[in-house]
Parts: sequence; C-alpha cells; structure tokens
Amino acid sequence: MGGSSSLLPQEALGEYQELTFLNKQEILLAAPAPGLPRALPHGGAVVFASSSAYKRFSELLPREQRENACSVRVPKSQILTLPELRANPFQHRICHVFSTSEDGDDSMSFEDFLDMLSVFSDAATSDIKSRYAFRIFDFDDDGVLDGKDLEKLVNCLTGQGEEARLSSIEMEQLIRNVLEESDIDKDGTINLSEFQHVISRSPDFVSSFKIVL
Amino acid sequence: MPKNEKPATSEGNDGSDVNNEEDSAAENQENGRGADKERKRAKPRTRRGHARGRARHGGEEDGDDEDGTRRAGQRRQRNRRGRGRAGGNEGSDSEGDPTKARKNQANQKSKEDDEQEEDEKGGKSGKGKNEKKQDKKADKKGKKEKANKKKKDKKKSGSGSDSDSEEEPITEEELAKLKEEVEEKKKLIATLRNKPWKMKKKLSVLKEAQLFVEKFEGALGKGKGKKFYAYKVMMTKKWMKFQRDFENFKTACIPWEMKIKEIESHFGSSVASYFIFLRWMYGINMILFGLTFGLVMVPEALMGKPYGSLPRKTVPRAEEATAMNFATLWDFSGFAQYSVLFYGYYNNQRTIGWLKFRMPLSYFLVGVGTIGYSFMIVIRTMARNANEEGGGDDTSFNFSWKMFTSWDYLIGNPETADNKFASITTSFKEAIVEEQESRKEENIHLTRFLRVLANFLALCTLAGSGYLIFFVVRRSQKFALEGLENYGWWERNEVNMVMSLLGMFCPTLFDVISSLENYHPRIALRWQLGRIFALFLGNLYTFIIALMDEINLKLEEEKIVKYNMTIWEASLYNGTIPENSTAPPIQVDPADVPRGPCWETMVGQEFVRLTVSDTMTTYITILIGDFLRAVFVRFFNYCWCWDLEYGFPSYSEFDISGNVLGLIFNQGMIWMGSFYAPCLPAINVFRLHTSMYLQCWAVMCCNVPQERVFKASRSNNFYMAMLLFILFLSTLPAVYTIVSIPPSFDCGPFSGKTRMFEVISETLEHDFPSWFGKVFGYASNPGLILPFILLMVLSIYYLNATSKSYKEANLELKKKLQSQAEENKRRNKQKAQKSNEQEENPFETEPPQSKQKGGKQDESAANQDNKKEQSGNEAKTTGQPQEASASSSQKPQHPGAALNGHYPPQGRGGNLLPPPIAVTRPPGPSGYAAPGYPPGHPRFPGVQPGMPRGPPHYR
Repeated sequence: MGGSSSLLPQEALGEYQELTFLNKQEILLAAPAPGLPRALPHGGAVVFASSSAYKRFSELLPREQRENACSVRVPKSQILTLPELRANPFQHRICHVFSTSEDGDDSMSFEDFLDMLSVFSDAATSDIKSRYAFRIFDFDDDGVLDGKDLEKLVNCLTGQGEEARLSSIEMEQLIRNVLEESDIDKDGTINLSEFQHVISRSPDFVSSFKIVL
Repeated sequence: MPKNEKPATSEGNDGSDVNNEEDSAAENQENGRGADKERKRAKPRTRRGHARGRARHGGEEDGDDEDGTRRAGQRRQRNRRGRGRAGGNEGSDSEGDPTKARKNQANQKSKEDDEQEEDEKGGKSGKGKNEKKQDKKADKKGKKEKANKKKKDKKKSGSGSDSDSEEEPITEEELAKLKEEVEEKKKLIATLRNKPWKMKKKLSVLKEAQLFVEKFEGALGKGKGKKFYAYKVMMTKKWMKFQRDFENFKTACIPWEMKIKEIESHFGSSVASYFIFLRWMYGINMILFGLTFGLVMVPEALMGKPYGSLPRKTVPRAEEATAMNFATLWDFSGFAQYSVLFYGYYNNQRTIGWLKFRMPLSYFLVGVGTIGYSFMIVIRTMARNANEEGGGDDTSFNFSWKMFTSWDYLIGNPETADNKFASITTSFKEAIVEEQESRKEENIHLTRFLRVLANFLALCTLAGSGYLIFFVVRRSQKFALEGLENYGWWERNEVNMVMSLLGMFCPTLFDVISSLENYHPRIALRWQLGRIFALFLGNLYTFIIALMDEINLKLEEEKIVKYNMTIWEASLYNGTIPENSTAPPIQVDPADVPRGPCWETMVGQEFVRLTVSDTMTTYITILIGDFLRAVFVRFFNYCWCWDLEYGFPSYSEFDISGNVLGLIFNQGMIWMGSFYAPCLPAINVFRLHTSMYLQCWAVMCCNVPQERVFKASRSNNFYMAMLLFILFLSTLPAVYTIVSIPPSFDCGPFSGKTRMFEVISETLEHDFPSWFGKVFGYASNPGLILPFILLMVLSIYYLNATSKSYKEANLELKKKLQSQAEENKRRNKQKAQKSNEQEENPFETEPPQSKQKGGKQDESAANQDNKKEQSGNEAKTTGQPQEASASSSQKPQHPGAALNGHYPPQGRGGNLLPPPIAVTRPPGPSGYAAPGYPPGHPRFPGVQPGMPRGPPHYR
C-alpha cells in the first residue's frame, strides 16, 4: 500500500469497502491521495490527481509523509484537531479505543481511522455501534461500566465548567438510578449485553452516534 | 489441483486463532514432506506462510485473553492434529493397504467428532464472548476442512493415484460439505464488517476467506457442470461488483449531502433533520412532477390540438388585450390560464395523436395515482421509522438513555457543544429533581389559571384568524363579481396575503402565550406544534369552504351561461341560413365563443396563487427576519447601548417546528390542488429547490445554534404522522369534488360527462372486452366490497391484538429475567461460600495440570475484580461441580452468565482475564460430566451480532 502509487490501490479500496460500512467516495475522501507536492518537480503537467480525495487523513500528516500515508501513524494530538472530534467530550476515549498503537500513545494508522469512520458511519449496525460505544464509555477498560466509569461519563457530558458539574449527591442519585434501570443482573455494574439492551431500546442512539466527514 | 491446494487455505484459516510456533513448525515439516511428492504444493505453502504470518499478527491482538482461554483447547487440538497427521502420514506410507487407511480414517473421524463436540461444549461455556465465538466458528470450520482434506489425502494416497486426483470423483457428500463451507465463507465475507475487530484482523480473515472461496468454488462443479458453475460464479462476482458500484453511484447521486453534513456539524442532528426532510419531500415532488409532466402535460402539448383551435384553448376576446401583461401572467390568468398548466385547457377527445393516447383517462389516473403514491410512500416511511425506533417500553430507561445516548456525535462546533453540555446538565438535574419529589407545585391555582387563560387566548387567536380568512374570501368573491379590473393589487391578492401573514405572525403570538403556561420545554413544544397545526389547518379549511362556496356560485353561473349559449347559437344560425343541417358549420373565431366559468381552473389558479405567495412570504421572512436582523445585530452592536448579540434581538434560532409545519402544509396544498393545476408539482419542485439553497445559506450565515438542542429521530415519525394526517385531509376535498360535483360543460378533459370518474367506465366499455366490464361490475358491487372491507377491519384488529400480546410477552420476559437474575445472584453467593470451603479440600479427578491451571485462573479472576459477582459466579460454578452439573441450576444461570461473559476486551485491558477461562477448562467436573453444564449453555447463545434488539436477547 502507499509507496509510490499515488492513490489508494484498487484492490485495497475494494477490500476496505468490503470491510467497512463506507462506500468508495467516503473512503477516498478519508483516504490519503498523495501526489500533490511530489508531482510538481516533473513539471506542472500532472498534479492534483483528485483534489476532492486529497483529504482528511493525509491532511493530518506532515507534508513529507503524505506519500505513504497508509503506513504512517498520526499522533493523537493531530487526530484531535479534526473538527469532527474537536468538540466531542469523548475524543480521548475514541482515539484510545480505535488506536492499534502498541506503545499506547493512541496514535492512529489509516486503517484505524477507517475503522473509526466505519463504526461512526450511517450504515453501521446498531450492534456494532453499541459495542464500540460501550468501549468508549468504559474508561478503565475493565469490560464493565461501574460507578466510576459512569461518574466520568457524566462529567464528560456536563462539560468543563465548574458550575455545570453535578453535586456529589446528585451524581450519586443519578448513578443509582442508572444502575437501577440498566443493571439487570444487579451486580453493581453494567456489562456489554445490559448496555446493548438499553441502547437497543433507545430511539436516537443510532442516529446520534454518528460522525461524518 | 484444487484438492491439494486445500491445505493451504484451511491451515491459514486455522492459523488465525492457533497462533503457535510449535504447531506451525510441525505443519511446515509435514508440508515439506508433501512437497517431495507434489511440486505444486510449493506455491500453496508460501501462501500459507504468508497467511499464517498475518494471522498470527491478528491473533496477537487478542492474545491476552485468547491465549489463556484457549490454551487448553489448543493443546487438545494440537494433539489431535498431531494424531491426525500421524494417521495421514501413516496412510500415505502404507500405500498398498487401503483398508488400513480407511480404518484409520474412520477412527480419526469418530475421534474428531468427539472432540469437536467437546470443543463445542467447552467453547460455548467459555465464552459469552461473541468475538470468540466467531473465532471458534472459524476454527471449527477450519478443522472440518482439515478433516476433509485429510480424508481426501488419504483416499488419494490409498489409491496411489496422486497425479490424477482431478479426475477422481468427489463424492456427493463431500461435495455438499465443500459447498456448505464455501457458502459459509461467503457468509463470513458478507458479515465481516459487522465484527468489532481491528482492521488488520478483518483484512487477514477476509483475504483467507476470499482465497478459499476462489479456490474451491471452481472445484465444485464437475464435467460439463464445472464450466457452467465457473461461469455462474464469475457472473455473481461481476454482479456483486456492479451492485457495489451502483450503490456508490447512488450515494453519489444523493443531492446536497455535503451541505447537510455541514449543517449537521454546526447545529446538531435536529436542524439537519429538517433539511433531510426537505430533501425527502423534494424527491417525492420530483416523482409527482414526473407523473404529471410526463403523462399529462407533455402529451397534451405535443399531440393535443394546438392553441387557438378550440374555445377552451383560446384567450377570450375580452381578455386578449391584457393577456400578455406581466401582472396578469403573475396572477396566472391570461395566457397562463389557457395553457397546459391548468385543467381547463385539456380537451375531452378520447384519444389524441397517432399514439391514440387516452388523454382523459390518463389525466384521471395520474390524479388518483399522485395521491395513491403519496399515501404509499408516507406510510412506508413511517413503518420503516417505526421499525428503527423499535418501540419498546418508553420510560423504563429514562436515566440510562440520558446518560448513554444524549451526546450528539455529529456536533463539531464548540458553541453548539457548549449548548449541548448545558442542556444535558439541565436534563440530568431535572430528571433527578423529578425523581426525588414528584413535581412540587408552588402555586397550583395560579398556574392553572394561567394555563386556562393561555388556552383561551390561543383559541381566540385561532377563531379570529379563521374568521378573518372567511371574511376576506367572501370579500374577494364580491370583488370578483364586480370585476377585478376595478381594484388594485391588494384587493386581488388579499386572500393569499392574509393567509401568509397569519401564518407568519400567529406562531409568534402562540410563543408569547405559551410563556404564560410555564410548561416543561418539551411539553411546551408539543403545545406549540399543536396550536400551529390547528391554525394552519383551520386556515386551510376555511379557505376550502370559501372555495366551495365559490364553486357553487360558478355552477349557478354555468347554468345561466349554458342557457345563453343556446340562445347565442340559435341567433348565430338564425342570422344566416335557416336550413343548417347540410351547410358547413359557420366559422366563428374561438375567441368569440361565449364560455362557462370553468370552476376547475379557478380552483387550480387559487391553489397556485396560494403556493406562490406562500413561497414569497417564506423567502421574505427569511430575508428580513433572519438576514437583516443578523446584519443589524452584527453591525449596530458597535454603537448600541446594550449588547445586541446576547441581549434582546440577538440572532435568530432556526425554527424547526415552524419550518417543518410550513413544509407539510405546503405539501398539503400541492396534493389538493394538483388535480386542477397539473403545473403545481413543477412549481413546488422549483420552490423546494430554491428554498434548499436559500435556507441552507440562511442557516449557516445568520442563525445561531439552539439553546435547547433537541435530537431528531424522536420527532421523525411525529412529522410523518402529521404529513399523513394532512395528506388525508387534503385528499378529502379533492375526492369530494371529483366524485360529487359535475365537471364544467365546456372545459377540461371530462367535459360532457356528468361525473369525472365516468371516464373509467367509458374506457372499460370501449377498450376492454365485454367480459372484463362484467367482471368489474360484479367485483364492484356492494355485496362483494362490504365483506372485503369487513375482512380488512378484522385483520387489522387481529394484527393489533397480536402486537399488543407481543408487547405483554416482552414485559413478562423482562420480569422473568429479573427474577432469574436475582435468584442467580443469591445462588452464586451460596456457591461462592461453599467453594471457598472446598478449595482447601478439592476432590476433583481432573488431570493435575489442568486443575492447577483452572485453579489459578479462578484465583486470578477473583483477585482481579472481586467486585464482580458475576465473574465469581462463573469461576465458582466450576469450583462446584455438583451444582454446576445439576440440571436444575442450568436454566437460571444462563442469562446472567451470558450477559456477563459477553464483553470482548479485545486486546486492550489485558489485565483482566475474563472468567470464562476457568469454565472452558473446568477443573471441577469429573469425567462424565465433562465440562459441566456451562453457564453459557447452548440454549442461550448470547447476543449475536445481527440479532434483533430487545427481548430476543434473552431467549
């Protein structure tokens, strides 16, 4: 992939279409399509292979890396500059969940990026969305949502302002209520299937758990 | 050589979870041995290595949890494989002894079956984890393949004819098996995107599956069938590709996608939902436009008699002078009135042109089809929305929904995000307060009084607006009788202007009124919507009633005109030759012929005018109310005494409900009027098109995000329901006029008939064989129709009852589940205590090694989160064999266990070894009970990826 070919190879494109809920345009829009600065030395004849596809992911890369954007990882700080994530209170969690980086810096490769877009796309099923939502909400990565996770979640949702925070009594009450509703097996935590059960009843989860580029 | 290549894929597939060096080494060895025999194997092997490498990589990601869980299973598997391989080798060594090989084979098969079964049990018990289940599936598949291949290998070697393996007949059974596998692989490929895996893993699995399918698809057919099969496969592949491209093409064709996305990210999904609704309306109107344009207007324009050939197609002499004035055209009279745009222009010839196009019939059917199509599409969309919403018990997850689903991930604008934060916080606080005390009413009497007052005021406004419209319409009739020429622009457009102005100002008035009521914002929104709806509806119906009056007047007028016509004709003939029967008819210029009032055209004109003026007011409102206000606030803020941006005028918010209602009512007018003015859909398409651009621009340029950010989907079906209601209401008058008012005698496609629908019976009579007419006559007699209606009502009643009972069953199941979970918990506690006692004194007969392992897992799981009862549950289940295997305890166990074991940590958070490990290889149950009855018993398969939501989870 990447290398000297300027666009995403055809077969890879096909595979990505097979594996994600994205269609060709969306992938290309998200995909690196280098060729801009590189083609210039050969004379102005070529260039701008497809400026519409010259987008998102490669924009996050420093210029010299754009040519092989498929194999490069984008650091988290860069990912967070995406306008789609900038305002999102769960931006760090999203990066963390979708990153395959081994050294834990939450950097993202192009494939991770596609994964993310696929999950957040319109066509993704409610099942897979809820699965990832669960992992995003699971702040300590222990496989269940316990009281602390929920508290962090609420703090994320109520924003940064100090006065916006809920008081500890309110928080306690809120978490108790949530657990009362969703913790079907009454073990004090919410696990994935309980979570999915709740989510599946929600009328607007699928429509709002969505990020479009 | 398909069969010989088979190992490559099957091994590769297997490799995705068996990530074990030792194992692969052994395989390589074996492979090597095979390679001396067959050169062709070299190729597959390299591929296998490749796949393996990738697979190993993928496997490592889940290594943390898989490793432990599977270790036991893998070991067994490896053993088996070793054995199997040994058997295979043996078989190939003893070439001259087929019987032995066969025996071997049989042996192995039975062994494998055994182990598979065991594995299955173990697997099921171990994982409520879905992902693993998938893995396991693949694993099993792999095994099966391997078994298959080995069998074949043996057979081949047994017969000693390696080289001609291609001609070797494949037994039906194997073929079927292979086919099944290929199908399974295909299914896997199709559903791969539903798996919550990392891309790398998905890629590798995909590649393997594709390789496998590619290789063996060709091998399935034989002889002549083979070619055909290959052809079929190729065609399906092509077809798939075409379909995908077509999908891509289709999505590329969706207009305004980028615009809407931009709005979505700025204003959240609710504002965007309006634009999506607008786009949807646009699509529907395009189709309506296509129908009327293609089947009515174009044929008439091309094949009908040209302008000026008939009185109905000519501007009357009196109007000729002003017919081309802009003011006249803008009013849709003059030349516009006598054109294909309106009903009156169409001739009542049965067929027109060389195509023998049945114009009147087509006109009638298009009118009916428009309404029918609209009904169908609205109801279908509603049903789909309802499916997506899934129904369910509404309030039971109030808090959880607030917590888990309230963030709108589409929001990309910091300001909107701030608003959203605030609204979420408020909703949390409100919910808590509501929960704590069931709404404290400070001064209940005052509130009540205010609410009654508010409703009274709203009713007054409604009645007032209704009366105003009625009054204005009456006045305009007076004007019309006296002749419009004597009056100015205002008098001519009074009705439309008044209606538009009312539509503009009354909602604001309602807004003010509703501030009296002090309702919760959501309830307030509903009241507001209801009032606006009532206003629009009232206005529309007053308008229609007034229109009906006018129609009656015109009908009276028509009678007089008809009478005058005969006198006129008589005078015409009298003036010339008395014996007119043989003489050629007298040539009179069609413009001079007196004509009736043609009420249909009048109705059409009214609707067209209404639509146009409505459009104009909307645009002007946007320009003044949004744009000018924004400009004023923006630039006068520098020199004003208070902060304009945050103070009184501020920027406007996008009024979703008002806009949606406007759209819906506009559509209602289109539906009502399009029968009498075929141009109406065209005008509406134009309107929607421009308003898309104008409103997109206005929203992005002069509106601010709402303070209360609502989410869209909840209201989607609400809007649809309103649309349906309006559709129904607008069909009523249209149908009434079609069915019960006689058409004008000298204009329109139905002139000369007593009722419009007679065109149907006429067609039946002339264009169909007589028996068809008879059948139709029988079918339409009340004796048949009434029972049919009765049947429909009954079936509706039945379906309704069933859906109710399903809902009840859902609730019932939920209750059961809860009680089971509680019981389960209690039991687990007991078990935990018991097993603690027993841990010191275990009496299991399990092999020491695995027992130790199980124990260790148990301990570690318990250590790692002792908080989780559930993990304890599973671990302890294994610690206590008697209980676990006791059939009585199975049932209560599964829900909880499956619920818990369901979560795939996925390589992350490797600190947690999920309890199922201990269950996969339970230390407790001795020999016969095997892996015990695992908590995740097959009867409860956990939640599958594609499974419907809701209670089915807990089957």
